[in-house]
Amino acid sequence: MPGGRERELRRRIGSIQSTKKITRAMELIAATRVVKAMQRANAARPYARLITSVIEDLAAGGAEVDHPLLRQAPEVRNVGFIIITGDRGLAGAYNTSVIRTAERQVMAHVSEGKGYSLCCVGRKSASYFRFRNYRIDHAMSGFSDNPSYDDARRIAETVSESFLSETVDQVELIYTEFVSMGTQRVVVRRFLPLVDTEMMAREGSGTGREGSFEFEPSPEAVLEALLPRYTEARLYGALLDAAASEHASRQRAMKAATDNAEELITKLSRAMNQARQDAITTEIMEIVGGAEALGGGESTDVDLALASMLAGTDASDLVPAGGHAA
Amino acid sequence: MAVELDVELVSPEEVTYSGSAEMVIVRTVEEGDIAFQAGHVPFLGVLAPWSVDVLRPGGERDTFAVHRGFVEVSHNKVTILSDVSEPAGEIDVARAEAARQRASEALSADADDAGAAAALERAELRLRVAAA
Repeated sequence: MPGGRERELRRRIGSIQSTKKITRAMELIAATRVVKAMQRANAARPYARLITSVIEDLAAGGAEVDHPLLRQAPEVRNVGFIIITGDRGLAGAYNTSVIRTAERQVMAHVSEGKGYSLCCVGRKSASYFRFRNYRIDHAMSGFSDNPSYDDARRIAETVSESFLSETVDQVELIYTEFVSMGTQRVVVRRFLPLVDTEMMAREGSGTGREGSFEFEPSPEAVLEALLPRYTEARLYGALLDAAASEHASRQRAMKAATDNAEELITKLSRAMNQARQDAITTEIMEIVGGAEALGGGESTDVDLALASMLAGTDASDLVPAGGHAA
Repeated sequence: MAVELDVELVSPEEVTYSGSAEMVIVRTVEEGDIAFQAGHVPFLGVLAPWSVDVLRPGGERDTFAVHRGFVEVSHNKVTILSDVSEPAGEIDVARAEAARQRASEALSADADDAGAAAALERAELRLRVAAA
């Protein structure tokens, strides 16, 4: 049927156009959010740096403590994983790459005969692992694109608890590190047990400070109060990095989607124009064929009409004219 | 002129305050108030939920309600690390009053309610700092 294909193409172009509007809007939103997320990540850096330097000073001051968060299990039987993904998709490979890394890690530990315990942060990782019948011990979501310090504290508390109760002997943190706008990479970091204070000091800025600190109430008490804050600050930093990465990935994915939609629209428009031309040609052929059959080959109005049509008149105007001549 | 201290109040989210001061007064968990002036020996302490006073060189005084945190002093630099700190000017007195009311009611109903006791302490600190 002439015109059918054209109508179908027109509808497809319409739908792609509205998709393009959506992806363009998401791209713009992600672009503004990624800037905000980067600012937050930068604003949070002084605290993390200072808390590390305080630990450094403590180490220099000779605080020797047997804090439970520093407990090195002689034999690691159960490994906990904190997996930080987004709540929503449409962010390119952002969620899948974290999930894939996490699953590989879990598999590696299971094949060594260890148990695992999952703490899924973000809806995407939770639904992935739930669907595959992994046992999920904690799942938290609803804040992946804009995490607050309270969220970090909640997660840190939950995980520390299971570490302190010896449910797990080691905790790995898997998240996406924000390197720059163009580069984000999935990293696996040891979260608990905290490496001993000297290690932490080496991780830090390493500025030489004198070791003659006065402590109140005592180095041990300070460290005891400090370590939980340190875990929270680390987790908060990871959440902020993950959020910035999520927005950056989404912006990139949506830009690609918008470009792709544009390309598709161009291609389909061409196909549609061709289909319209074909339909017009077919209609003309029908008219000419019909007129010739009726008029017995005489030169009639139809030939004149056809001539004017070929000169550019719309084909649909000619249908009644052709009918009239018959 | 005396050497001044650099003061920074840092929360996990951001640096909330930075400036210079002649003296900084804080309260640590056990041993009461302690004041720092330039040239103080390096010091590390756990803060009690209490006010932090920053005495500015011009004679002004900035007061903050700090609910928990640490203070580190070294090289004439005072750093206060705290999850929750509020400048006196930003405290909502009406809200703090309401919170105090609620907490003391909860506490009179159940004297062992640790959450209410902490809330009461917080609200009283806010009111005290706001009034100062």
